[in-house]
Amino acid sequence: MIKGNYKMNPLGKAILQFWRSSIGRKIVVALTGVLLVLFLFGHVAGNLLIFQGREAMNSYAQFLHEMLHGQGVWIARIGLLVAFVLHIWATISLTRENKEARNARYACDNTVQASRSSRIMIWSGLTVLAFVIFHIFHFTIRVDPDLANLPDTAYAAENPGESRHDVYAMVIKGFQNPLVVLFYIVGITLLCSHLSHGVASLFQTLGLRSRKTSGFETKLSWAVAIALWIGFLSIPFAVMVGALKNKPGGGHAEVAPPSGAPVAIADIHEG
Amino acid sequence: MNLTLKVWRQKNPDDHGRIETYEAKDIPEECSFLEMLDIVNERIITEGGDPIHFDHDCREGICGTCSLTINGIPHSKERGITACQVHMRKFRDGDTIWIEPFRARAFPIVRDLVVDRTAFDRIIAAGGYISVRTGSAQDANALPVSKDDADASFDAAACIGCGACVAACKNASAMLFVGAKASHLNHLPQGQPEKDRRVLAMVRQMDAEGFGNCTNQYECEAVCPKSISADVIAKLNRDYAIAVAKEATTAS
Repeated sequence: MIKGNYKMNPLGKAILQFWRSSIGRKIVVALTGVLLVLFLFGHVAGNLLIFQGREAMNSYAQFLHEMLHGQGVWIARIGLLVAFVLHIWATISLTRENKEARNARYACDNTVQASRSSRIMIWSGLTVLAFVIFHIFHFTIRVDPDLANLPDTAYAAENPGESRHDVYAMVIKGFQNPLVVLFYIVGITLLCSHLSHGVASLFQTLGLRSRKTSGFETKLSWAVAIALWIGFLSIPFAVMVGALKNKPGGGHAEVAPPSGAPVAIADIHEG
Repeated sequence: MNLTLKVWRQKNPDDHGRIETYEAKDIPEECSFLEMLDIVNERIITEGGDPIHFDHDCREGICGTCSLTINGIPHSKERGITACQVHMRKFRDGDTIWIEPFRARAFPIVRDLVVDRTAFDRIIAAGGYISVRTGSAQDANALPVSKDDADASFDAAACIGCGACVAACKNASAMLFVGAKASHLNHLPQGQPEKDRRVLAMVRQMDAEGFGNCTNQYECEAVCPKSISADVIAKLNRDYAIAVAKEATTAS
């Protein structure tokens, strides 16, 4: 600890003051929110490749792990982690200040126009945090050995001496447990509730909203929430109803690249 | 009309306070909400009791002194008016009406329904002014102001500083008040020289007073007796971001 007449450099002081101010932290929440929403769109687009079949899905996963000589995925992970931590840190500290600022409740409490989603932001956010931790253990770290040891046999047969993880099989196996699917439904639903307020909210915090544009921002917010809800949950639903199936032995139909689409159709129909 | 009042009673700032029930009988429909309280108070005084303390001044909706939360909504559910402009015809015979003070840590209760709103004065003192000699009135149009800016500034200047925005906010945030007071000046040429200084000083004072943070739920604009739009909050956010960026890059 430096004591005495130590003076902080002006930029550092400005950043600290910005972080301590109410609007400063809110701007951090908005900007990290933009990043996280963009990530979600990338994530859902990648996920939907599962409907194109095993080859498309696994190649995409392999690409993610091999881009920039394997460093790309870590750059993305570290960036996301920083955004995620800042987003949560700022919102928790803001929420605590807010609870203190409204220290006495009304005996007759009333709400005029604040949406339900906007009033449960901290709870939907914390549930999403719990969901993300579960999701990382489930599909990224793969603590369940049944999901961890899934070599893509078709790929190995085509490329002797090489191996890759069979993400396609892992996702389908991972969604066999109805309790897991239920947690995904709850997590994604609350995420979308969070976004239905959050997306419109970030425009206001960044000073980009006005009465003239508020209709657009509200609609955009809902469009984002609904699109992501359908996109993410279509996969566990498809697995539950049997539209997506993992045939044992890695499947033979997939050994027909480069075109992925016909493979997917064949895959689903034969299943 | 006969009403049941559930009123917040609190002897002094240290008292815990409680809701007490009063029967308000034979209230004329034509009287205003504050006149109804006057009638109830007359009866309390006649019976030797302690009348219900509440703030009021002009009673015509322009001073911003009355500060009642009626059935959980500051200035009642009627839009665009202050509590003193609410009339008893808006209620029905037999209604139970909850009357509470504006609640916020930054607005400590003085007594019953009276709260201390000097935090707002300190925010204004921090930067809600222009320090130029304005001299005598200028010729019309000597200082051109665009129609959009004039309108936006005028809309913001309608703020009477009543504090309903804070009372309605789930976080007791003062962003609508500060936004209105800042954009009232920031839209005009006279406000430009001190714009950045003003925004930084007012926001920092607002934070220091213990108001909460805006979560963009817009309860404030719904209860504002002058219907000030949350656009002023967006402008405050924007002006603050610009002021901080300038401060960080020009500081030495």
